[in-house]
Parts: sequence; structure tokens; C-alpha cells
Amino acid sequence: MIHSLFLVNASGDIFLEKHWKSVVSRSVCDYFFEAVERATEPENVPPVIPTPHHCLINVLRQRIYFVAVIQSEVPPLFVIEFLHRVVDTFQDYFGVCTEAAVKDNVVVVYELLEEMLDNGFPLATESNILKELIKPPTILRTVVNTITGSTNVGEQLPTGQLSVVPWRRTGVKYTNNEAYFDVVEEIDAIIDKSGSTITAEIQGVIDACVKLTGMPDLTLSFMNPRLLDDVSFHPCVRFKRWEAERILSFVPPDGNFRLLSYHVSSQNLVAIPVYVKHNISFREGSSQGRFELTLGPKQTMGKAVESVLVSSQLPRGVLNANLSPSQGTYTFDPVTKLLSWDVGKINPQKLPSLKGSMSLQTGASKPDENPTINLQFKIQQLAVSGLKVNRLDMYGEKYKPFKGIKYMTKAGKFQVRT
Amino acid sequence: QIQSSIFNQRKAHSPGHVCKNILHVPVSGLLFGPWFLCRNEDLKEMLESNKESLKLEAMKRIVGLIAKGKNASELFPAVVKNVASKNIELKKLVYVYLVRYAEEQQDLALLSISTFQRALKDPNQLIRASALRVLSSIRVPIIVPIMMLAIKEAATDLSPYVRKTAAHAIQKLYSLDPDQKEHLIEVIEKLLKDKSTLVAGSVVMAFEEVCPDRIDLIHKNYRKLCNLLVDVEEWGQVVIIHMLTRYARTQFVSPWREDAVFDENSAKAFYDSEEERRVDQSKPYIMDPDHRLLLRNTKPLLQSRNTAVVMAVSQLYWHLAPKHELSIITKSLVRLLRSHREVQYIVLQNIATMSIQRKGMFEPFMKSFYVRSTDATHIKTLKLEILTNLANEANISTILREFQTYVKSQDKAFAAATIQAIGCCATNISEVTDTCLNGLVLLLSNRDETVVAESVVVIKKLLQTQPSQHSDIIKHMAKLFDNITVPMARASILWLMGEYCEHVPKIAPDVLRKMAKTFTDEEDIVKLQIVNLAAKLYLTNSKQTKLLTQYILNLGKYDQNYDIRDRTRFIRQLIVPNEKSGALSKYARRILMAPKPAPVLQSAFKDRDRFQLGTLSHTLNSQASGYLELSDWPAVAPDQSVRNVEVVEPVRLPCIYLVFKDNVKNSESEENSDDSNKSSSSQSEKSSSESDSEKKKTLKNKKPQQQKLDSKDSSPVFVPETSHELLHRMTGKGLSAQYRFTRQPCIYGNSMVSLQLTLSNSTDQALENIHISEKSSTGQNIHRFNAIERLEPQASVTVSMGVDFNDSTQAANFQLCTKEDEFSVSIQPAVGELLLPITMSEADFTKEQGKLVGMNESSATITMTPENVSSQSVNRKVVSVANLGVIPSGQENIYRFSGKTVSSGSLVLVSVVLKDPDAVITINTEKTVMGSMLLRQVKTALTNSGP
Repeated sequence: MIHSLFLVNASGDIFLEKHWKSVVSRSVCDYFFEAVERATEPENVPPVIPTPHHCLINVLRQRIYFVAVIQSEVPPLFVIEFLHRVVDTFQDYFGVCTEAAVKDNVVVVYELLEEMLDNGFPLATESNILKELIKPPTILRTVVNTITGSTNVGEQLPTGQLSVVPWRRTGVKYTNNEAYFDVVEEIDAIIDKSGSTITAEIQGVIDACVKLTGMPDLTLSFMNPRLLDDVSFHPCVRFKRWEAERILSFVPPDGNFRLLSYHVSSQNLVAIPVYVKHNISFREGSSQGRFELTLGPKQTMGKAVESVLVSSQLPRGVLNANLSPSQGTYTFDPVTKLLSWDVGKINPQKLPSLKGSMSLQTGASKPDENPTINLQFKIQQLAVSGLKVNRLDMYGEKYKPFKGIKYMTKAGKFQVRT
Repeated sequence: QIQSSIFNQRKAHSPGHVCKNILHVPVSGLLFGPWFLCRNEDLKEMLESNKESLKLEAMKRIVGLIAKGKNASELFPAVVKNVASKNIELKKLVYVYLVRYAEEQQDLALLSISTFQRALKDPNQLIRASALRVLSSIRVPIIVPIMMLAIKEAATDLSPYVRKTAAHAIQKLYSLDPDQKEHLIEVIEKLLKDKSTLVAGSVVMAFEEVCPDRIDLIHKNYRKLCNLLVDVEEWGQVVIIHMLTRYARTQFVSPWREDAVFDENSAKAFYDSEEERRVDQSKPYIMDPDHRLLLRNTKPLLQSRNTAVVMAVSQLYWHLAPKHELSIITKSLVRLLRSHREVQYIVLQNIATMSIQRKGMFEPFMKSFYVRSTDATHIKTLKLEILTNLANEANISTILREFQTYVKSQDKAFAAATIQAIGCCATNISEVTDTCLNGLVLLLSNRDETVVAESVVVIKKLLQTQPSQHSDIIKHMAKLFDNITVPMARASILWLMGEYCEHVPKIAPDVLRKMAKTFTDEEDIVKLQIVNLAAKLYLTNSKQTKLLTQYILNLGKYDQNYDIRDRTRFIRQLIVPNEKSGALSKYARRILMAPKPAPVLQSAFKDRDRFQLGTLSHTLNSQASGYLELSDWPAVAPDQSVRNVEVVEPVRLPCIYLVFKDNVKNSESEENSDDSNKSSSSQSEKSSSESDSEKKKTLKNKKPQQQKLDSKDSSPVFVPETSHELLHRMTGKGLSAQYRFTRQPCIYGNSMVSLQLTLSNSTDQALENIHISEKSSTGQNIHRFNAIERLEPQASVTVSMGVDFNDSTQAANFQLCTKEDEFSVSIQPAVGELLLPITMSEADFTKEQGKLVGMNESSATITMTPENVSSQSVNRKVVSVANLGVIPSGQENIYRFSGKTVSSGSLVLVSVVLKDPDAVITINTEKTVMGSMLLRQVKTALTNSGP
């Protein structure tokens, strides 16, 4: 399975290597560097790179390439999924997964990688189990360890490893018992020139933060479960119960986890909360282009549209942009030609706009395509699909937990073609 | 000077390393070398100090060096000393170091082996497991026999975690020494029978690596694996699903029936076994129940959060499911497109392959494949590929409109790929050929050269299908010719001119004239086409072009490229008749101007389906090492009975299975063969869903406690499969009954022993109202099973009941009644069955034993037969006669077991002390009568040499 792992930073240095079988020389990464060179953007590096004796499978997260070396047949998704799980674990342990964080915690990283794979096959990937084996570094614990000489490494096999609920550790205790659920929906859309929707769909997730004592058994029910067209669950969710009653019944892991991700059936019409009026034009023979952009709320169900961010990749011929926003700030990078406008909140009374001119390279011909506009926004307290949680019940424990549900709608891959 | 001596020293240590170092520090070596060494000296000192914290600090720094890829092998002697450290973190870091460098320092590595051998016997399962992990990771051939022994031992360990580690170790040993294959297969065979979900994935992985061709090992475990699948950890699921896909293709007949064939042309190519199936079409196809079991049990996994699992199930359905059931995987695959970029890439590749054969599957989700400007290039091209595959008469206009946007993209490589895609659509769907052609001609005036060039190439291909109607397009292209510089495009236009010179009689010679002027400056590919054009014109219009052709052929004769020289020579011989050229030149016209078939524009994914979907080989489109071919369906199904499992497994829940004789074996193992969790889920089909979830909930809560080693109550270590005769069919007038002890806590009452009763009807009439009569002759409290209303002829039914034996071996007598008859029966329990296992710590055991002395203690000395001396055999023998829990023992020659009586809950402690060749058995319990009876049974069990 996975032979070795190399971590490569943005400037092409290998700053960590780990081998699970015999050592593979780091020169194997040369093939990877070649591929990086060939790709124009970091994202364009192909995820699977064949070399004469090995195969390199890489993922790019937080500007770090995780390059796994494979020697024989293995489902590529298996490796990719595992590498992402590694990154998630690092994030869970160190807060961020950056080169600095990995270098600072190199011993914990090594211990983690050692536990996560045995002979290249995943051994323990549940964060609850790993945290019992190797405790996450905290300042307090570091101090205590230096004084008392105790260690970050657990001595007993985590009980979860053997049980049918491997995701939950036993003996969890909290003074405040709380369970929070965030329903976050993202709208993926492509809007064409004239403002009509080419494609729009809603993808949602329910992220949970559960801090409950003991072995609680939760059920979560929806007012309108029929909305959910396709779902994927955390392993804790009892599938039979969902099939029969459309109720989520589960013994939750301790801490943060993604309970459910879902897709809202494409038959339903998707409410597009924002419209964009644009007028971007280049005239033949002139070195000037016009740029006008106005945003406005559309179907927001009375909620405010916040944290709006507009970004657009302007054509290569554009030298500079001289624009004036009615609110917020904009930046234009003349090297990457990336225009971004941090709008903030949309006020329906006074619509935000960005107007001005672009200067083009003299003599260059008029670009034949107008740039696409990527939009980001947030709407608090609204699940755009209309999904509503009905109730959350707890069984198996005596105390009364504090429960909370939050809704939010965000733009996913939201594009306006101009 | 210092430097060189240091290098010399090192050279003595490890020659390989020196080279590396010299490479690293050729110039700055003088500065860097001593410093580096000093630092290592310093680490060495720290490691040799007495302070744990200093040692730990040193190890942490060393691990830092290893992580950076720096060589720290010279510290080996200092590090290896700490392998037996008490500090667990220090120990782990030493393990990391050892695994990294043991291969290079084999002799020194051997020093650590005894530590691991000791740790393999540790009572803590985590320590046993990690010792095995490290021992098996040390790639030193000398220790192969030790590893083999350790693996064999660990494969029978009571902890499933250790057994899982053993499964991993199998692969490591196999790669170290392939000669061990036969022995390892034995271990694999043993571990495949394991019922723990923890082990299943790892052992299947070992199976795939060591002996993937030994399909016969899977037969007996097939149903168990199917049933366990949902509860196996996600990585194991992927491996098992891939293995089962391969298995199913060798064992079941094809479900792809003629009548189920979808109405797409590509279907034909896909079924290469068409004829075979036509033959057996006469008899209706019935899916093997095992085939169905696999499909049914994998389906819920489509909802997994692990993308690899979803992909694995999808490929299983693709390769195994009847065509009409395939559609369920579509949604899940489309869902994966929301995941990370890398996941998208792999999933899109697989969808591309699928969409060639089955457009219908993905057509409703066409819009999910629309390209966004933020997609990476390889994602864009794949989406384009899929959209092209999905195009049909109905949706082509939508797709073309979408393509028009793409053509204008700033990413020119992508725009070029879009033009190719338009070309594909145009050839595949004849209705739109003209529209596409016109669109492409418009693109010829595009400002971007790559776009124009690509358009020319595609137009050339399209024109070949119907040249006569399009002479104006050819003329248009001739006009553009001067502005086009991309060689491939120029060559394409020239070829078109030559091929259809009769349609453009005036322009073609003029183009040739221009080309004669620039011939020397053209690229090779263009030069070849100029020669071609010249030859063709010479044949059709020699009056105008004779001189031009001669001139060009002369230029070509002295070209630097030998391809061009060859071609020129060949053409000259062919078209200019002379004495030597002979017969061939007569046919020159027919050779050069032969009608040529239009090229087929087809997807790059056309032939990818030769690989199993979801594999690395499929992604690379070439066979990766270790790829296991998916076999074709067998024409005739191999024997199904090989998968039958004879033994009846314990049923922990009170459920009634009505089973009919003809498929009794299949469904029995399907329903019974796994743990309680699963039987509850299979039961859900019968009982109402509400009660099911109740039960499931209680189970989920109960289970972790049952399995935890240091908790009080524990599940039985061993459940005997032997059943006892209750009623013979001769005395029962056709009704026969057998009973067995399930050794589970009885759900009807705490003081009852749980029993399982199997009733079968061997008459040819149905038996009605089978029940136990109310009056019991001996006064035991019996929980009766619900009356069975009707038992069909040749059918059997399994029910459970509970009997309170009151901690005595007195038989329970009762009446088994049918509608007509009454039969007196009796159940005589063995003393070992009146116990329930508990576990406790070793210390508690000794404490309790101390309290139960004198009257309460009975002991005996026996002589052991040599084959009984091993720890497994003692454990096995004792737990098979009595339902006791095993207590992990610190001493090698003492075995302890504990349990409690079912009715009164009194402690029963059994210890076996081996004193070669004798053994002392001691039993401590308040129930002295039971104690002495139990002693007798344990004695016989341990002196018997049988298994």
C-alpha cells in the first residue's frame, strides 16, 4: 500500500519524510518536481504521477504537497482519502497544518504517522482513538511533562479500538454538557451573461460539536427530511433507522465531527440570494476598458447577505484597473491579474457598486472573453433549502444537555459569466 | 586533516553513508562535517546518561533528524540500548529509529530481539501488538523463523487488536522472505475464520498480497465477510469489497441478461460473452442468493463518508450488478464531485469510462459536469470528455451552447480541447454536423493561434466525411493559410487541398506555388504534406504543376530529414514514369487518390474498461504491478455448496427463524453466522423497525463493556457447537428436537441458562401447535418458547428457551407437545454450562482465591500429555468444558479462569499450574458439589490428548 510519504512545501523543499517499508530514496520526488514545473498552477499538478518503478499520488492542502509513494496496485482514492485524513488529523492536533506547525511538532507528527499506518495499511485513523494513544500537545501539558517526566503517549490500548463504537472514547466527563449542530448549506451555481441560472444546486453539511458525558445516544429528526436527496453519514449514524424512519440516530464521537453531508434534490428550484449587474467591455483599438459591477439581494427571505467577496481573473491584456467602490475595498494584482473586492454587507437601500476603467496594453488586441466573476457570501440563520431540524433527543444518560442549532447559507462555487 | 580522519573512521562504519555525505558536503564539508559529528557526539552522551528526560530529549532530536532525511545511523549502538526502557514514549521513539535503520545495521539490531520476544508475552495487549509490529518491521533475514513463530502465536491471541497486527505482519514477512508463503497461507487461512471486524480488513489485505489466487480459502468465509462488512473499519471495507468483486466474478453467472440489455450500441462491444448467454437464455436467470447477499450488504456503504468506500461499492455494482440496478450508484458518484480536487479527478476518470457505455446513467446529472473557470486543467478536460460522451440528439444543443462559452475561455489549452470535443459531437451526431462545422469555421478567424490550429485539424477530420458539399470551406481555409503558423494546422490544410484538389482546381496549384517558395523553412510535418500535395496535383493537373512538382521533389531530395528524403524518392518513382519504376506507377493514381475512410473521433477512455474501475491501473491506463485481472463470468456457475458453512453459530437474540429445507443452509448461515449486531439488523426485516432500533440501541451500549478486557462480565470465550439429542424422530413420530447451550446470559431471567432448540419435522404432513406443556415434573422454572403454530413437512425451526437449573445438574423434565401428541423429554446439563464467564485482574483473582480455601477448595494432580502443554491448548480445553472467562496471566505456567454460577452468582475460580510433566488443577467455589464435578470434567479434558 503506502510505501513512503514526503511533505513538500511551496518552494519545492522536502521537509519531512516517513517510510513504512524499506526506505525509498527522496530522489523519487524528482518526477514530482518535474510535474510541478510543467503545471502552470499548483492546482494543475496531476494527482497521480507514474514513474518507472513507483507511482506518486499527491494531494495539495494549505500549500503543502503530501506525496505518497506507491509501489503496486491500490485504489488511488484509498491513498487520496487517507492523505486528506492525515491533514485533518494534523489540523485537529495543531490547529493549523502548516510547514511551521509540522516542523515544531515533528515528534508528534512522527508518532501519529506511526500509529496511523502499519506496513502502509491504515491502522487507526479515528481522531478519538489517536488522541488516547498520543495526546495533543498543549502548553500546559508540555510544562507538566517537563516537570513530572510523564509523556504524551498512552499506555493502554484505547478502548474504542476494540468496541463497535470505535469513534467514541470511554470515560468522557464534562461539567457542562452541550451539543451544538451547525447546518451549513452551500449554493453552487453558474449564472450566465443575461442573469439566468444555468445550473444551481445546494449541498449541505451538518457539523456537530458534542461535549457530552458518558455514552449518550442521540436522535435528530427533521421537519422535512424528504428534501435530502443523497446523504453520506459519519459511521456513527445507524443507517437502518434512517432508511426506515428518516431519523438520525447515533452515539456521537467526542468533540467536533461532521455528522452528515447531503445534497438537496435538483428538482427543487434553488433560490439565488444575490444578483450581479455587470457591464465589462473592451473596445477595439482603444487602450481603455469599462468596468461596472453592481450587486443586489434577490431571494434572501428577509435575511441580510454578509461577508460578500467578489473576485475575478481579468484577461491577461489588462495592465491596471482604476476603479472606485461605493463600499468596501478592492485590490488588483497586476501580476496575477486577480481583482478582488471585499464588499461586506449588502444594504438593499444602497446597492454596492464598483465602477471605473481598465487600462490595456497598448497595441494588444481586445480580449475575446470577458472574465467570470466568483462570488462569496454568507447568510446567517437561514438554510436556503428550507431544511429544519425538528428535535434532538438524548437517551442513555440521565443529565439534561444544553442543545443548540445554527443555520447558515454560504456561496459554494458561485460563478457569474459575463 | 581532522576531516579526512573522520571520514576514514566513518568509512569503516558504513561505506554507503560516506558517499552520500560527500555528495552533500563537497566543499563546505570542512565546516559542516565536524559540527555535524559534534552534535551527534552530544546526542550520544545524552543517550548514555542516566536521566530519562535527557534520553527522551535526545531521541526526539534524532527523530527530527530522521524526519528531515538526515542520516543518524551511527548512533545505532547508543539508541538500541534503550529499547527496554520503562518510559513508553522513549521506547516508542526507539522503535521508530530501529525500524528505520535495522536493515543497515543488522548485527546490532539482533541485540534488541530478545526484548521484543519478552514483550510479546506482556499482559498488555497494546505492548504485545507494538512489539509484534516492530519485530516484523525489522527487515533482517536472520530473524525470519522468530517472526514466523511470533506471527503464529499472535494469530491465536485473545485480543483482536494483536491478531490484526499479526495480519499486517504476514505481509511484511512475505516481502522479506517469499519462501515462507506456504506457512503464511496457513496463518491467513486461520485468520480468515476470525469473526472480529477489526481483523477482517487486514487479513483480506494479507490474502490479496500473499495468495490472491487461493480463491478456495474465501468460500467458507464469503457469507461471513458479506455480513461483517458494514461493521468493518472503512479501510478494510475497501480492500474486502475489491476482493469480493474479484471473487464474485469467478463464482456467479452473469446477471446481464439479454432482456435487460439497454438500447445503446456500445452495449454490444461490452458483452463479449453474447453468444454464451444466448444459449442459456432458454431457462430464466435466477441470481445466486450469495450474489444477491453481496449486492444487498454493500449498498448501504454508498452512504459512507469515505470516498474510497463509495468508489469501491460503485465499481462492485458496475462489475456485478444487473444493469437495471446500476442507477443507484450515480447519485453517490456525483456527490463525490463535491470533494477535494484529487478525489474529483479520480471519480471523473471513472465516470468517463462508465459514461461511454451507459449514457443514461449520468445524463440527468449533466449539469454537474459543467466546467467552472476555477477548475484545474485536468478536471476541465475530464468534464469535457464526459459531456462529449453524454451528448445525444436531445441534449446536444444545450451542450453546444455550453461549449461555446468554453471556447472563449482564457485557458487556451482548454479551449483547444473544447474544439476537439465539438468535433467529436459533430461526428457522433449527424444532425449537428453542419452546425458544428459552421461554428468551427467562424473560429478560424479567432485571434488565438492554438484555437485556429485546433479548429483546422478538427475541420479537416469533419470534411472527410462529406467533402463535396464543402468546397467553399476549403477555399476559406486556403485564404487563411498565410496567417496560420501552427505546423499541424498548416499540414492539415495542405492535406485537404491535395485530397480534394478536384473541388478547388484553381486554388490548389496556387497554394503549391506558394509552398514551393517557403519549402525550406517549413517544419518536417508540413514538408511531407507539401510533397504529398505536389504528387496529387501532378497526377490530376500535371499541365500546371509539372515544373513545380519537379522543383519540390528536388528540394526534398536534399533535405536534412531522411523521412522527407525517403518520401521524395518514393513519390518520384511512383508518379514519374521511367524504365525502372515498372508496374507500380501505373497504379499511382489509385494509390494516392484512393478514397479514404473518415477518421473515427473517439474517446480516450474507450478502452479503459479493460481495467477494473477504481484501480490504479485504470487511472494510469496501464497495468500496475500487482494488478489482479477481473475474470469473465463463468458460463456455468461453479458449485454453490462450497460456501455452505456447516456449523450452527450462536444466536444471541431470541428470534425465530422459519427455514425451509431446500435452502436451509444458505439462509441459516446468512442469518446466524455473525455477531449479535448483525442478527439484529437482519431481524429488522421481520420485526417492526421500532423494536429493532430499541434492540440495536441497547446492543450498541452494551457491547463496548462486554468486550472490554478489564470489566466484570464478559462474553463467552468459546461456544461449543455440539448439540444434544432431546427427542429422536423415531420416538417423536417424525418430530425431532435437538438442544444446545448458547452460553449467553439468558434474556428471560437472570438465573436462567439459555438454550437453543432446533425442531424439525421429518414427516410428510405439517405439524401444528408445537409447544411445551405447562406442567413441569421436576419443579424447575422453565421459560417456554412461544407455541409454533405450524411446521411444514421437511422444515425446521430454531427457538430459544431458558431453564433455571438452580445450580444443580438435575435434569429438567418437561413435555414437548404437538396438536396430537405429548412427548416426555429431559435436558441434562453439564456442570460447565451452569456458569457464566467473568473476568477480573490477576490480583483480584488471587485475593478471591485466598478467601475460598479449606472446604471450598478442591484440587487434583494430573499428568499432562505433551501436546496439551501449550498455552492455547490449556485455555481451549478448559473453556470448552466450562463457560469460564480467561484471565490474562503474568506467569507462563499458570492459567487462571473465572466464572460465576448462573442461579446464585457464586464465584467459581479455576487455576491450572503446570509443573512439568504434572499439572495441578485447583477449583475454588462455595458450591462444593459443583466444584468437585467440575474438577472431574476439567481433569478428563486435560488428560485427553484429543483436540
